[in-house]
Amino acid sequence: MSIKILFENIDVDGIDSFEVYRKLGGYNSVEKALKNMSPEDIVEEVKKSGLRGRGGAGFPTGMKWSFIDKAPGKSHYLIYNADESEPGTFKDRHLMQYNPHLLIEGLILSCYAIRSNTSYIYIRGELMYVMRILEKAIEEAYANGFLGKNILGTDFSLDIYCHPGAAAYICGEETGLIESLEGKRGNPRLKPPFPALNGLFGFPTIINNVETLATVPWIINNGGEQYAKIGIGKSTGTKLISACGHINKPGVYEIELGLSVEEFIYSDEYCGGIKNGKKLKAVVAGGSSVPILPAELILKTAKGEPRLLSYESLSEGGFETGTMLGSGGFIVMDEDTSIVKNLLTFTRFYRHESCGQCSPCREGTAWMEKILNRIVEGKGNEKDIDLLMDIANNIEGNTICPLGDAAAWPVQSAIKHFRDEFLIKPEIV
Amino acid sequence: MKFMEPKVSFSEETLKLSEKIISHYPEGRQKSALIPILHLAQAEFGGWLSVEAMDYVAGLLKLKPIEIYEVATFYTMYNLKPTGKCVIEVCRTGPCWLMGAEKIIEHLEKKLGIKAGETTTDGKFTLKVTECLAACGNSPVIQIGEKYYVNMDVEKADNLIQNLNEGMRV
Amino acid sequence: MVKVTIDNIDVEVEEGTTILNAARKIGGKIVPPAMCYYSKLAGSGGKCRTCLVKVTQGSDKDPRPMPKLVASCSTPVQNGMIVQNITSPEVLETRKAIVEFLLLNHPLDCPVCDQAGECDLQDLSYNHGSSLTRTEEPRRTFEMIDVGSKIKLHMNRCILCYRCVYTADQITDKRVHGVLERGDRCEIGTYIKNVIDNDFSGNIIDVCPVGALTDMTFRFKSRVWFTNPYDAHRACPKCSGKVVIWLSGNKILRVTGRKDEYGEVEEFICNECRFDKKEMSDWIVEKPRKIKRNSVISQNHYELINKYGSHG
Repeated sequence: MSIKILFENIDVDGIDSFEVYRKLGGYNSVEKALKNMSPEDIVEEVKKSGLRGRGGAGFPTGMKWSFIDKAPGKSHYLIYNADESEPGTFKDRHLMQYNPHLLIEGLILSCYAIRSNTSYIYIRGELMYVMRILEKAIEEAYANGFLGKNILGTDFSLDIYCHPGAAAYICGEETGLIESLEGKRGNPRLKPPFPALNGLFGFPTIINNVETLATVPWIINNGGEQYAKIGIGKSTGTKLISACGHINKPGVYEIELGLSVEEFIYSDEYCGGIKNGKKLKAVVAGGSSVPILPAELILKTAKGEPRLLSYESLSEGGFETGTMLGSGGFIVMDEDTSIVKNLLTFTRFYRHESCGQCSPCREGTAWMEKILNRIVEGKGNEKDIDLLMDIANNIEGNTICPLGDAAAWPVQSAIKHFRDEFLIKPEIV
Repeated sequence: MKFMEPKVSFSEETLKLSEKIISHYPEGRQKSALIPILHLAQAEFGGWLSVEAMDYVAGLLKLKPIEIYEVATFYTMYNLKPTGKCVIEVCRTGPCWLMGAEKIIEHLEKKLGIKAGETTTDGKFTLKVTECLAACGNSPVIQIGEKYYVNMDVEKADNLIQNLNEGMRV
Repeated sequence: MVKVTIDNIDVEVEEGTTILNAARKIGGKIVPPAMCYYSKLAGSGGKCRTCLVKVTQGSDKDPRPMPKLVASCSTPVQNGMIVQNITSPEVLETRKAIVEFLLLNHPLDCPVCDQAGECDLQDLSYNHGSSLTRTEEPRRTFEMIDVGSKIKLHMNRCILCYRCVYTADQITDKRVHGVLERGDRCEIGTYIKNVIDNDFSGNIIDVCPVGALTDMTFRFKSRVWFTNPYDAHRACPKCSGKVVIWLSGNKILRVTGRKDEYGEVEEFICNECRFDKKEMSDWIVEKPRKIKRNSVISQNHYELINKYGSHG
């Protein structure tokens, strides 16, 4: 069994209550931090840990924190990004639903680290039932003196509020989220200025993913150096991988970064192999936006080395033969899967979720969906495939926010690796 | 400007709740409460947001009505026309599609005699297709109200609708 | 002051100036086109992506190139920045792609559109677009609506630049229209049949880069190139009263703000000047207005097309 940091106690009965959580050592890191450490110490430990953002971009968390203007007396905010909406990704929901206090503990430490006294948990509106679990946990934390004025008798005060969205994937993008939190349409902002300088209500703001901050208590309890020993190279620690599709055991797994993809798919500890004894055809390894890889390239890199679940190994080979760890949404497809139909559902998703603000994304995503619809109906031709590729290339890199790239990559990679499938005529039944 | 009595208004309890929500944001930033309060409005005013309901929220938050319309039409959880008593939302994105969501949608369309996006003539059911609900490990997924129904197949979905239908008869 | 180089031309501008405005200071061909940015409207820009340029050197201090093309209308210059606009094939190729996106759902109804001849999209397509269309999909369509008795909204033509929304927000006292829906379903609207009606609402016609918002008092009266523009003014209690009157013979067919070479009005005018003052006796005529814009029609491009064919 590999090390468990986030899932250590997730199966314990009643872990969602303050009492049980506390009995098992919960909130110890807050005591340690508030009594013996300065905010800078926390930032330093997190830097040492090598922890990288678990929302998809993989940006070093400690470094992100050091960008913010922490001048005392000036408002600044920490926002917990719980707007998990990337198809294939359901790890944050799992964590929030079953171990809500871990998130709050991580949030307290992180707010202390950047000296923020107000924090919002932006949770997707469909997850109202999870929000109620979080609200109950927050209430308990207030009642036990871990939130509110002068926490544990120190001069650090913190208020946390839950804020639901109302179904818009784009609000997972940092500035789309901020706009939404300000009661507006979730149109991402132009950058610069970046949120660390000018974010929520015009104040410096840090936005972190749920899983990222839930890791911080362990780092404070055990030290950043200890954390950095787990994992492989610059991919330190553990990562939640949410696995779905044609596998025997779909679910959320905490893996040590560096685990081989082959073991993850076939071992009984994880996915337990392909369903119904079928063969593996393709995997989308990091949420719907990352490039799809055929079986041979997801199991081994183009150089013939085993592919590992780490930031570096998954991106080995660039977008030619590699992909990305992304948010850890691991979608497995068996030999009978139509890659093109699956792609159509992704493209339809991005068309549906585009905010419509900038022209390449608004027009391009809709155009790609129309062409894919025609192809799926058997009415496509070679020129359509080239046109699709061209549209994707023209969207990529030219939009206000990364949604454009997210819509382009699945199309580009599906054509690159499965071009032949685009012209298969549908069976006439 | 003439002051007009709003045609709809929150109950005292909901009003209190919305005041509490508004207090979560700094002074003068009450617009931040818009999305949560629109959820309250939708729940209180029959499952959808009429122009009257949106104008009421505008008054409550001291915003221009257009600011509400812009937001309400952006977020797909808000229903802008009346729905059936029970809104069935079936996820159709990749992971659910891989596990057979398409068949479920087709079956429900046939069973209810409506297309996705429509409401049955008896006003009981509205069928909606939705994008990823972050429960891909238990796909296909159906959401009704706040509840997720997971690991669905045609038969289970059929039973679910049957039970709901019978429940409504009582 | 900071120094920036655009297409090999140096210019000194104040700190905080955007690349686009630095280019406008140089002037001429190297100025990136802008369909959504409007210097008089705070917050405008960044959306249409026609002004994307390449930054090959970020600044003296940090000479690294920027990894992607950037929107010149919203990216501030740094001292020592080096920018490529028309000297970059990549920029020009991308611009062509952006024009294609903007035209994807734009009806090609120029022959019956009142904006023809002074349409930014028409000029943009002529200068940067491809002569061939690659789409066979049906275009998005909307019902035409009258927003009040003076302004027609023809949503099919809208490119969602948001300028009219900013205008209503910033120069009128109440905004009743905005962008509704999401993604490719976005539309400018009032949601309920609301009348856009206040003293300055007519300016949304002037800021519209296409024929989505047009003046109903001018509708179908004449093609713009058959009218003669004159600078004129009157003592107006509401606005500066400085306008352009567009004449056919001695008849005023329409009144607009005075637009500069980038299609931006010098000053916003009130509705009374725009819609109600259509008699010569209302105005003191100054001089013929020289239209500075580089219009397709003013350069007789269409005559050449008629003569030699569109790809000639």
